[in-house]
Amino acid sequence: MNGFDSYRVRERADLARWVLIGAFLVLSGAFFRTQIIQHDKFQLKAETNRLRPIALTPPRGAILDRSGRIIAENVPGYSVKLLAPNRDSLLAVLARVGRVVPLDTSETPEILRRYAAARYQPVVVMGDADYETIARLEEHRAVLPGLVIQAEPKRMYPAGKAVAHLVGYVSEVTESDLTANRYPGAGLGSIVGKAGLERQYDDSLRGNEGVRYIEVNARGRLVREEAGTASLPPTPGRPIQTTIDLDLQQFIDSIWPPGIRGAIIAMTPTGEVRALYSAPTYDPNAFVGGISSALWRSLNTDEAKPLLNRAIQTRYPPASPFKLAIAAMALKRGLIGLDTRMPVPCRGGMRLGNRVFRCWKKEGHGSLDLVGAVASSCDVYFYQVGLRLGLQAIVQDGVLMGFRDPSGIDLVNEVSPIYPASTGYFDRLYGPRHWSPPATTLNFSIGQGENTQTLVNMMRFYEGLAGNGHAASPYIVRPAAARPRDLGLDQAQLDGLRRALIAVVERGTAAASRHTDLAVAGKTGTAQNPHGKDHGWFIGFAPADKPQLVVGGIMEFAEHGTVVAPYVVRALRRYILGPDTAGTIKMKVLLDEASPVDSAPRPIELDPDSAEARERADSTRLSGGRP
Amino acid sequence: MKLAEVDRSLLVVAVGLMTFGLLTLYSAGQTDVPTHAAGVWYRQFFWFGIGVVVGSAVFHLSLRLLEWLAPALYLFSLMLLVVVLAVGTGAGTALSSHSWLSIGGHQIGQPSEFAKVATVLMLARYLSSRREPPRALRDLLVPGLIVGIPFLLVLKQPDLGSAIVFIGIAFAMLFWSGVRPRLLFLVASPGLSLLLAFNNWAWGAWMILFTGLLVVWRPYIYDSLAFWFANVAMGTIALPLWQRLQPYQQNRLLTFLNPEADPRAAGYHAIQSRVAIGSGGWFGTGYTQGPQKRLAFLPEQHTDFVFPVVGEELGFVGVMVALSLFLALFLVLLRIARRATDSFSSLVTFGILALLFTHVFENVGMTVNLMPITGIPLPFFSYGGSFFIICSVCLGLALRVAWDSRQAGYPDI
Repeated sequence: MNGFDSYRVRERADLARWVLIGAFLVLSGAFFRTQIIQHDKFQLKAETNRLRPIALTPPRGAILDRSGRIIAENVPGYSVKLLAPNRDSLLAVLARVGRVVPLDTSETPEILRRYAAARYQPVVVMGDADYETIARLEEHRAVLPGLVIQAEPKRMYPAGKAVAHLVGYVSEVTESDLTANRYPGAGLGSIVGKAGLERQYDDSLRGNEGVRYIEVNARGRLVREEAGTASLPPTPGRPIQTTIDLDLQQFIDSIWPPGIRGAIIAMTPTGEVRALYSAPTYDPNAFVGGISSALWRSLNTDEAKPLLNRAIQTRYPPASPFKLAIAAMALKRGLIGLDTRMPVPCRGGMRLGNRVFRCWKKEGHGSLDLVGAVASSCDVYFYQVGLRLGLQAIVQDGVLMGFRDPSGIDLVNEVSPIYPASTGYFDRLYGPRHWSPPATTLNFSIGQGENTQTLVNMMRFYEGLAGNGHAASPYIVRPAAARPRDLGLDQAQLDGLRRALIAVVERGTAAASRHTDLAVAGKTGTAQNPHGKDHGWFIGFAPADKPQLVVGGIMEFAEHGTVVAPYVVRALRRYILGPDTAGTIKMKVLLDEASPVDSAPRPIELDPDSAEARERADSTRLSGGRP
Repeated sequence: MKLAEVDRSLLVVAVGLMTFGLLTLYSAGQTDVPTHAAGVWYRQFFWFGIGVVVGSAVFHLSLRLLEWLAPALYLFSLMLLVVVLAVGTGAGTALSSHSWLSIGGHQIGQPSEFAKVATVLMLARYLSSRREPPRALRDLLVPGLIVGIPFLLVLKQPDLGSAIVFIGIAFAMLFWSGVRPRLLFLVASPGLSLLLAFNNWAWGAWMILFTGLLVVWRPYIYDSLAFWFANVAMGTIALPLWQRLQPYQQNRLLTFLNPEADPRAAGYHAIQSRVAIGSGGWFGTGYTQGPQKRLAFLPEQHTDFVFPVVGEELGFVGVMVALSLFLALFLVLLRIARRATDSFSSLVTFGILALLFTHVFENVGMTVNLMPITGIPLPFFSYGGSFFIICSVCLGLALRVAWDSRQAGYPDI
């Protein structure tokens, strides 16, 4: 008991007391540091632990036509989302959802992919659920953990397929979009415009997302939908007013012959687009809330390419409508006058070197002035105009008139036309001395050769003819900043060309579409198509003396411009004369000899043994000839 | 026996801690997510009742009887530890360990808790029977065996937390029996050498310092040699020993040093515990209102991590109240140990103090990353039957010692 005398016990007790108090102070200090000094840091960590931000979709701005009718609007919709702690539980809840409401199981891989992209966010299961589905799900909420039903403005296109290529469609932003920063300000799950006006004006239409917080537990399970923390309401997108005439747009859709591919554009002589239609079309409403993968696949694999906007994304040989450009070049340079007759009258063809370049009309047109040549689309006449101009001038003036540049319409993905910048182009393409400048000149004179144009770009030129000789960029919402291109024609020359175009409809190639109550001016064309039947062109405007509207149409495999003309004329009449006088189209396709094929046949080789000559001939006709 | 003469301060502090503990345990069950902690406060009432019965029964036992019984109890506890190694089961996060004794699928208790008290009694009996406090290493052989055997058996389960408690008990009781602190330091030195061996420079500096200490303090020459070689040996085997640790033990030690290294798995407890405590601030989020606990971000909130519930919901103020209660308990126990009638009683009380203190410091320390995470309950707070009963036994013993000294007429010093 030696170690326990009272003095030594007190000594040890004192030491032990200090050790205990020291330990108390150490622990107190640790708690003070954690709870008071680092409080803000841990508070933030605690909040991020339990609160998950959910983006609130802003209502997209409406798209209106010129009189305020709705092209695109928002209707109340619901999206069904699931917040799942892991993949297995997501699949389990999905299976339960599938027992409550019909659920497309083929979408499951897509849902899982979306889940993997953002596992801490509720994953969209149904982007666009109807009220009945929502009601049924709400009823079974108890067995569907993590169910988030969000009222979301939903895009709606009342005119449906009639406006598809014009407005485009909306869809969830993809990862590659985000990587490429194609949509500044968009985040995962944002709804963005993918084509047409929705894409072009996405930044103002989209608005800004809001945010709200939901509370989750440690296993990532939803606990409360409204976590009471400050939420930010979304900022609605701004509406845009377009120059479109919805009535005309829908009318064009209603008269378009089923099964035919092509496009129609209608615009004023100042460049305001009144209608822009491409066929075959699709229903943009199908994309709202996520397009089903089956439909998406069929849209993409369809041989007719319904997603392609043929008004701005397909190049066609400009063919006869280009003859007006040749005429304008020659008039501008003073090489011909309106009443100039060419030295060689049309006898069904013209000899150049050892080849005969034929006119589309075997019997020939005889001697014609410019008006007559345009009216009957005489190839021989324009061969000679082209030769007077020379290839150099054709290329130069064509570039000046805008045939080398896109029209500048305010729609994304317009393709550039193909047009040489200089004659050096042919040297690069075929090698110097391996192409024949005169033969190329003749091809260009009738709108063939290394010259392909989009419908919208040809429209710009005709809009200049119909207006004051200045070709302004077409626009749907805001005019382009670029100044209109001056075609370089005086008023008398413009009038003369218009007279010629009137003659086309009055007594020329489009005479079948003539009506007495509205004077229409226009030009037919047949674009040679190496892959099948020729494409038909018609670009016209009315009233001929004081044009209000320019309408151009192209139909693939239509064989003749005369097939297209009635549709264009009906659109013009509908717009200018109103709904009651539009009449019906007489589907009278003339296939006999006298039918204005309007496109020069392949030249005849005078010296068949000359292999070199044949090669040159082929090379100058890349755009192809009929077999 | 006159109940009026029990130590009131100990009783008050103990009742205060138990009430605080039960209230906290109730709150721990209040979650938005169903957890198995929901009804434990209710079941803890049952253990509370048993604890009171067992505690007062112990209070009525003479310390002389316990001294006489100590070897039997000690051997019985060792037997249980051996049995549990063979047939024990795991629980909670340590499912693969062998720390629970179960009969017919029902877990009835953790023998290691019983062994702690039995070891305290056995060690007290041995140390109080000596004429002199141990002075040399040779004198520490028997105490070392008394603690070492249950220590190794518990470590084998494996239950690092409880094993550490045995070390705490051993050092505290040796100190209280009169062993000079410098000898205790020398005994502990191989452990320090082990820790420092992971850095060559630190270990080198340590060995120079240690050699210097040996020269200055001049312990027995054989002891000096033994300590010196033990230090060298520890420095050498540090790495192989580390590699022999279970991966989860390695992880716990590593995440103690840097919890962010593995925030999802091993560091999860350490991080979430501190997030809960830190978000409490001065006054906390309100009783039962803590979001981290409610949403189950706080793991094991009714057992090992019950203290963060206090931190989150009652804030720094609540933590201070709880820690002050613990400090008061320890100081009262220290007073009782000091004025005990005999050395056995004194050593038993101090051993109990060491037992409880090690638990509190280790448990509370790990919630703020002051200590590595080991599964160890917090006295009077954590849910658990056997440990609560052991705590009651401890209180009964201390009350008896205090009562004895009051009967003997010792002044309240």
